[in-house]
Amino acid sequence: MRTIPSTKISETVRKMCIQAACELPRDVSDALEKAAAEEKSPVGRDIIERIRENVRLGREEQRPICQDTGVSVFFIQKGCDVGVDGGTLGNAINTGVKLGYEDGYLRKSVVRHPLDRVNTKTNTPAVIHFEEVEGDKLTICMMAKGAGCENMSRLRMLTPAQGEEGVKDFIVETVKKGWANPCPPVVVGVGIGGTFEVCALLAKKALLGDLGEKNPDPILARIEAELLERINNLGIGPQGLGGTVTALGVRILAHPCHIASLPVAVNMECHAHRHVKVTL
Amino acid sequence: MSNDMKKITTPLTSEVLEDLKIGDRVLISGVMYTSRDAAHKRMLDALDRGEDLPADLAGQIIYYVGPTPAKPGEVIGSAGPTTSYRMDPYAVRLMEIGLKGMIGKGARGPAVIEAMKKHGAVYFAAIGGAGVVIARSIKEAEVIAYDDLGPEAMRRIVVEEFPAVVANDVHGGNLYEVGYKEFRKD
Ligand code: SF4
Repeated sequence: MRTIPSTKISETVRKMCIQAACELPRDVSDALEKAAAEEKSPVGRDIIERIRENVRLGREEQRPICQDTGVSVFFIQKGCDVGVDGGTLGNAINTGVKLGYEDGYLRKSVVRHPLDRVNTKTNTPAVIHFEEVEGDKLTICMMAKGAGCENMSRLRMLTPAQGEEGVKDFIVETVKKGWANPCPPVVVGVGIGGTFEVCALLAKKALLGDLGEKNPDPILARIEAELLERINNLGIGPQGLGGTVTALGVRILAHPCHIASLPVAVNMECHAHRHVKVTL
Repeated sequence: MSNDMKKITTPLTSEVLEDLKIGDRVLISGVMYTSRDAAHKRMLDALDRGEDLPADLAGQIIYYVGPTPAKPGEVIGSAGPTTSYRMDPYAVRLMEIGLKGMIGKGARGPAVIEAMKKHGAVYFAAIGGAGVVIARSIKEAEVIAYDDLGPEAMRRIVVEEFPAVVANDVHGGNLYEVGYKEFRKD
């Protein structure tokens, strides 16, 4: 069996945290370029141009594009033929986060308890989701998730009778309720089906999809396109000040569910959609 | 892009405040103060005890921000706005003692909007997530109070052409309520 030293994983995660904070992924900057060309509001265009300049400067000067460098969320795919040498995978990741947020001058935004609210000063613990897959590779996906957008996310247990229309209305309503708070233009991550908790997880995972790619599920691809149009027709626009580009994309994942359930979760994400993927 | 920008300087005079209308793109220069949740709470507690605030806010602007740590040689770290409604419970009191401007992101509540009209103050929307661009307009930064709050400490900053949009004006205009109407398609 192949093994990877835990120190190598920590070092990889350290670099990923800094990269995520400073370098917006290509699919998002491409979507912003398209948005700049499409936006009809002069104020909105000005905002998108400044956001694009911000993205360029963040990359060039290695400075965090947003001061909310977020909670560090990880999706791990661990091959069944690969192991970690020198500790647990979770500890290796948390060590990497600690190092990355310190060395990268990133803002530590995690409190140790939701009610006593004392900052851990390390940005740990990270949120880590594990999945076992075939093979001997370890794939680490990291997302820096800010609170402004996360706080505008919602979940609803719909009835099967509410169907596709109910799902779509709930998603549009969520974007509308959030208005300027999730820093539009937004990316909308949606989970449909599964159980209460699976649905929420799918919504977050959906955000990791490439914005430039079409959903392989034809039903979901159609719904994504319809929703994008409906959301942009709201007129919310960049930063909620009015305009034609409210969302850069809608990404949906679905999962089998109970005959009596139709859960839907919407995970709101801002234009500072920071994520990095590395395979070891 | 910058030809129809209004350039304004702090402290804000009533003449400038009268002239600002919702949707105006502005470039702000001069001194401002930074503060968010915890520092606001301390300022209000100080007022309750009859003490002076760390700075005279008459005619001034408060920017709602909690920057990343500055790297060596930097004036300030990334410094985009935080969500403003969390400061709504404190804002009215500060306008009563002369605060004339607030900068943040997202809409304000009815009580704050009413107080802006009453006291002739303006709310500017800065671009959420544009932390580097905004940091570049900040030329000086100095912690003046509540150092123990880290990123939430109160700072005196000097800005040059800080970019923002007038979201609420002294005439009661609210861009969050009217801005979308022109672009909405039913
Ligand atoms: S919502 Fe996103 S862009 Fe806006 S402040 Fe939070 S992390 Fe930054």
